[in-house]
Amino acid sequence: MTRFSEVLKRSGRMRSRQRKIANAFMLSLTAFLTALALVPLFWIITYVIARGGQYINLDFFTQLPRPMGIAGGGVLHAIEGTIVISILAALFSIPPGVLAAFYAARNPNSPLGVAVRFSTDVLSGIPSIVIGLVAYALIVQPQGHYSALAGGIALAILMLPIILRTTEEMLKLVPHSLREASLALGAAEWKTSLSVLFPAALNGILTGFLLAIARAAGETAPLLLTTLGNDHYDIAQIIRGGLQTHQSIFQIVGRMLNQPVDSLPLTLWKYAQQPYPERINQAWAVALVLMIFVLSINIIARAWIQVRTRRLQG
Amino acid sequence: MQSTKAIPRSSYSPLRRAFKHGDRPWQGLIVLVSILVLLLVLGIGWKLWQGSAQARSALGWKFILPTLDANWNPALDQFQAWPFIYGTLITSLAAIVLAVPISLGVAVFLAELCPAWLRLPLNWMVELLAAIPSVVYGLWGIFVFLPRVVVPFGEALFSVLGHIPLLGILFTGPIPLSGSSRLAAAMILTIMIIPTITAVTRDVLLAIPNSQREAGLALGATRWETIWQVLLPYGLSGILGAAILGLGRALGETMAVTMVIGNSIESSPSLLKPGYTMASIIANEFSETVSGLHTQALIEIGLVLFAMTLILNLFARLLVWRAARRTPQEVRA
Repeated sequence: MTRFSEVLKRSGRMRSRQRKIANAFMLSLTAFLTALALVPLFWIITYVIARGGQYINLDFFTQLPRPMGIAGGGVLHAIEGTIVISILAALFSIPPGVLAAFYAARNPNSPLGVAVRFSTDVLSGIPSIVIGLVAYALIVQPQGHYSALAGGIALAILMLPIILRTTEEMLKLVPHSLREASLALGAAEWKTSLSVLFPAALNGILTGFLLAIARAAGETAPLLLTTLGNDHYDIAQIIRGGLQTHQSIFQIVGRMLNQPVDSLPLTLWKYAQQPYPERINQAWAVALVLMIFVLSINIIARAWIQVRTRRLQG
Repeated sequence: MQSTKAIPRSSYSPLRRAFKHGDRPWQGLIVLVSILVLLLVLGIGWKLWQGSAQARSALGWKFILPTLDANWNPALDQFQAWPFIYGTLITSLAAIVLAVPISLGVAVFLAELCPAWLRLPLNWMVELLAAIPSVVYGLWGIFVFLPRVVVPFGEALFSVLGHIPLLGILFTGPIPLSGSSRLAAAMILTIMIIPTITAVTRDVLLAIPNSQREAGLALGATRWETIWQVLLPYGLSGILGAAILGLGRALGETMAVTMVIGNSIESSPSLLKPGYTMASIIANEFSETVSGLHTQALIEIGLVLFAMTLILNLFARLLVWRAARRTPQEVRA
C-alpha cells in the first residue's frame, strides 16, 4: 500500500486524472459487489416460488404423506411437528433467557453479569450440529428413543442467546427515571422489574423472540440427531385415540412429546435425497412454505423494530 | 386520620424480614438462572468430553492428526478424522477468500456510499440473505446453483490454474458433472457468510469517527483513497474479527454443505473433487452408527468442531471488541 504522503508527492495533473478514474472505478465496484451479493437472494426467492408454487394445494397442508407411487398426500405431520417442537423450544428458552437478561442488564459489570454475556457469545457461536450431539447425549441416549422433547431442548439452546441478548439490549434502553420512579413509590425491586421494566421492553423482547423462532424453524442439523422423523405423526389421531381409551390429558400430551416427530426442514432434507420426482416436487413446495414463513417473520420483526425506534426518536 | 400505631417488631417474623417483600427470592431466582446459563456452556463442553471418552482413549491423537491414507471404516472400528477436518478447513478457508472481498465491498457501499433512501432496504436484504434456511440453500444448490454456476466456474479454474505446479494440486479436475465438490460447498458457504461479515464490517466502519474521513478528504484524497488508506486501516482489527466470525460460521454449517459436497472420502486434496466435512459426517452417520465406538468417534469430531469454533469466536470477539473500544484520543496519540 502506498503511503498517503507519497500519493501527494506524485500528484501531478496526470496523476490526478488517474486517481479520479481509480476512484470512480473502485466506487462503482463496491456498488457492483453489493448487487452481486444480492443476486442469490432474488434467484432463490423467485426460483423457489416458481418451482414450489406449482405443487402447493390444500392436501399439502392437511394430509399425511402417502406411500410412494400413490399420488397426492401432504406434509401435515411435518407442520404439526414443527409447531410442537417450536412451542417446546419457546417454553424452554424464553423464561430463562428473559430472567438472565434481567440480571445481565441490571449488573453488567459484576463478575456473573460479564460471565453471562460471555456465555451468550460463546453459545451463539457453537455450531447447531454440536448442540444436537449434546441434546442427544442428554436426552435421547438416557431415554433410549428419539423424541420431540429432545428436539425442543436442542432448539431452545439455539434460541437462548438470541432471546437473552435482545431482551438485555431492550431492558438497557428503558430510561433510568422509570425505574427510579417506581422504586421511589415504594415498589419492590421484583415488582419494578415485572410491572415497569418488562412491559416497557416488551416490544423488543417479542421481536427477539420472533427472530429466534424464525431461526429455530429453519434448523435441521440438531433435529436430525434428536427428533429423527416420523411419517405417521398426527396430533388429531393421538388425541382421538387418547380420548377413546380414557387417558388423562398428561398421558395424551406425553404421547405427543415423547415420540419421534418430523419437521419441515427435516422433511425437505429427506425428500431432496430421494430419486422420485414427486418427492423432489414436494421438497420444493416445503422449501416455499418454509421460506415464506421465515422471511415474513423476519420482515415483520424488523419492521416492528424500525417503527418502534422511530417513535422513540421522534 | 388515626395516628398509626407502631407495629411491634416482633410481628415481623425473621423469615419475612429476610424475604424483604419478595426481593431476596427475586434476586435469588435471576442469579440462579444466570448461573444456569453459565453452566449450560460448561455442560456442553463437558458432555462432549465425557461422551467421547472411550474414543479418545482408544484412538488417541492419531484420530485428528493429518495423514495421507486415512482410514474410516466403522465396520472394523477404524477411525481417522483427518479427511473431515481437511474438508472443513479447505471449504471454509476458500469461502473466506471469496467472501471477504465481496463483503468488504458491500460494507463500504452500505456504510459510506449508499444514498440514504437505499440504505434501509439494502440492509434488510443482506439480513434476509442470512435468514434463508440452510436446507433451502442446499436444495437450490443441488438443482440450480451447481449445474449453472459451480460447474462452469470449476471447469474454468481447472483449465486456468490446474496445471500450475504446487497450486495446481488444489485445482486438479475435472469437476464432476453434477458439480458436487468441495468448491460447491465453498461457494454456497460464501453466499451464507457474506451477511455475517458484511454486518460486522459495516458496524465497524460506522463506528469510525467522522474526523478521520474529513481529515482524509481535506488532505486532497479522493473518496476511494480515504476509504482504502484511512478507514480500512483504522478498522482493520474489527474487519479481521468479522472475517473470523464468518469463518466460525462456515466451519459449523451443516445442511447446505452436506447436500452439495458429494460426501465421499477422497485422498485428492483438490477443491474440484467431492469431499466430506466434520459437520456432514455427523449429519450423515450419527443416526445409523454401527458400534459404540462409532458413536463416540462422531462425538469426538463434534468436540473438535466445538473447540475450533470456540477458539475462533473468542479471538474474533476480542478483535471486534477492541476495535469498537478504540477511542479517537488513542489514535491521535
